[in-house]
Amino acid sequence: MIGLWSVPLLFALPLALGIISLLATPAWRARLGLAGLPLLLAASTAVFVHLVLAGPHTYALGHWGAPLGISLVVDGLAAGMVLLTAVVASLCALYAWVYLRDQPPSTSFFWPLLWFLWAGMNGIWLAEDVFNLYVGLEVMGLAAVGLVALKATPQALAAAMRYLLAALLGSLAYLLGVALLYANYGTLSMAGLHEVATADVTTQVALALIILGLLLKTALFPLHAWLPPAHGGALTPVSALLSALVVKGSFYILLRIWVMLGPEVTPFATAQLLGILGAGAVFYGGWMAWRQHHLKQLVAYSTVAQIGYLFLFFPLVTGTGPEAARLAWDGTLMMLIAHALAKAALFLSAGNLILAVGSAHIGHLVGISRFRPMSLFSFGLAGVSLMGLPPSGGFTGKWLLLNSAILSGQWWWLIVLFLGGLLSAAYIFKVFRMSFREGPQIDHSASPPLLLDVTALLLAAGAILIGLTAHLPLGWVRIGSPFGAG
Amino acid sequence: MSGALVFAWSGVVLFSLGLFGFIVHRHLLRRLLAFNIMGSGAFLVLVGLAQDGRGVDPVPHAMVITGIVVAVASTALALVVFRRWYRASGRTDLPEDT
Repeated sequence: MIGLWSVPLLFALPLALGIISLLATPAWRARLGLAGLPLLLAASTAVFVHLVLAGPHTYALGHWGAPLGISLVVDGLAAGMVLLTAVVASLCALYAWVYLRDQPPSTSFFWPLLWFLWAGMNGIWLAEDVFNLYVGLEVMGLAAVGLVALKATPQALAAAMRYLLAALLGSLAYLLGVALLYANYGTLSMAGLHEVATADVTTQVALALIILGLLLKTALFPLHAWLPPAHGGALTPVSALLSALVVKGSFYILLRIWVMLGPEVTPFATAQLLGILGAGAVFYGGWMAWRQHHLKQLVAYSTVAQIGYLFLFFPLVTGTGPEAARLAWDGTLMMLIAHALAKAALFLSAGNLILAVGSAHIGHLVGISRFRPMSLFSFGLAGVSLMGLPPSGGFTGKWLLLNSAILSGQWWWLIVLFLGGLLSAAYIFKVFRMSFREGPQIDHSASPPLLLDVTALLLAAGAILIGLTAHLPLGWVRIGSPFGAG
Repeated sequence: MSGALVFAWSGVVLFSLGLFGFIVHRHLLRRLLAFNIMGSGAFLVLVGLAQDGRGVDPVPHAMVITGIVVAVASTALALVVFRRWYRASGRTDLPEDT
């Protein structure tokens, strides 16, 4: 019962906290933040536990059903994303609590923006109709732009502006697609569209607009140009939140819409094209990451590459057998969860290294291994998952994708998985090579507070643990999944 | 051709005009105006297409009202970021990609 009551709390709590903390003084914003985190974490856990015990269900907010009310669907994937968001965002917020003490007071706007971001993301995970997905996308996107602009340097402001323009263009394309879908079928509910959708011209134009808009917002190569400056240039806890969770928001919508409509409505070539763009992202992002000299830009380009793996989902589920599709679904979700944990850990530990050295240049990391072993250890653990080495979540995800590719006879995706792993190894080891080199450059380093290292380590350990116990999360996200419980 | 389709086609034309302006112009204020024209086009498509013979349908109106709120909020945020960018750099456009 508590689990069912907690569903509206997932919106009410962050929105209330956001508005109250807007009115509060900077010191109280942080205190309110610390008080709110356990509440929201508890509500998210309650929703998740209720799903595992009682199975998937729908919830009409305020007993107002669709179409004018908002109905929510809690299935395994949605509840899993709610819990993942709660865990990653709480750890990033703890990091920010310490990190922002040395920043100007205006950065305390982090807290209200975090709450609005959180409400928007929960809206996306739970929405049942394509229009509420749009509203969630906008709440999340606008809060994310505000977070990037928190670091008030000219570079960060330009990055925020570029991000905002890309996000606005993407959401208008999505909205126009939704308008066409509604005109054609008179319904916005995903389940309703799934029943009536046919492959006519209007639907295909609508889907093309929706897919294009979401690709721009997910920063899939070659529409990725806004991502590296925004993610690499923001404050460290913001970078972690954006790369770990926010890009997943628009990908999640694409995944849901594809599963509901795609295979019947879109031509086979579209799925292959999405896979090819994903492969381009893996190669280009990995190559560009390796070429960076700025540590956080390297991590940001790594996000461009890792987004590419998620798009292998589309060719692997479209026109393939049920077993291959199920493996691709499991593998993609595993990659998504592992990347969220690993990338948050990578950004936070990179931020710790930058605090210790006092410079973001990778060349200045020489000799840091003697002073900050714990930061480097977190960086390495997260790197293991990004490279896809066992026993990490990244390995399990790639293994499932690999099996799906073999089973559906699409051997060419194997090349992407292997070469992508090698490229990730190249850019991770570039950082390590510098850190372990002994040089005359530094004989001391600053010591960031312990909590900064602990949060990064917890996230990195999570990325490894999720691989060791892969059957548990995979079993949970299969509850109510369109690919069956098998 | 019914009256409803006239509105929908006007919406498509507005959306395309806005998109053209959004891509062509460099001045951020012009791009923001172009975005608002695109938004109006999308709203016109929403209400224009949904009125063929089904009687009064409140759902598109609810969507357009929500959409207008979102567009106003986005525009306000964009103006704030633009003003800060102008004060920090003295430029009205974004630097080209390097």
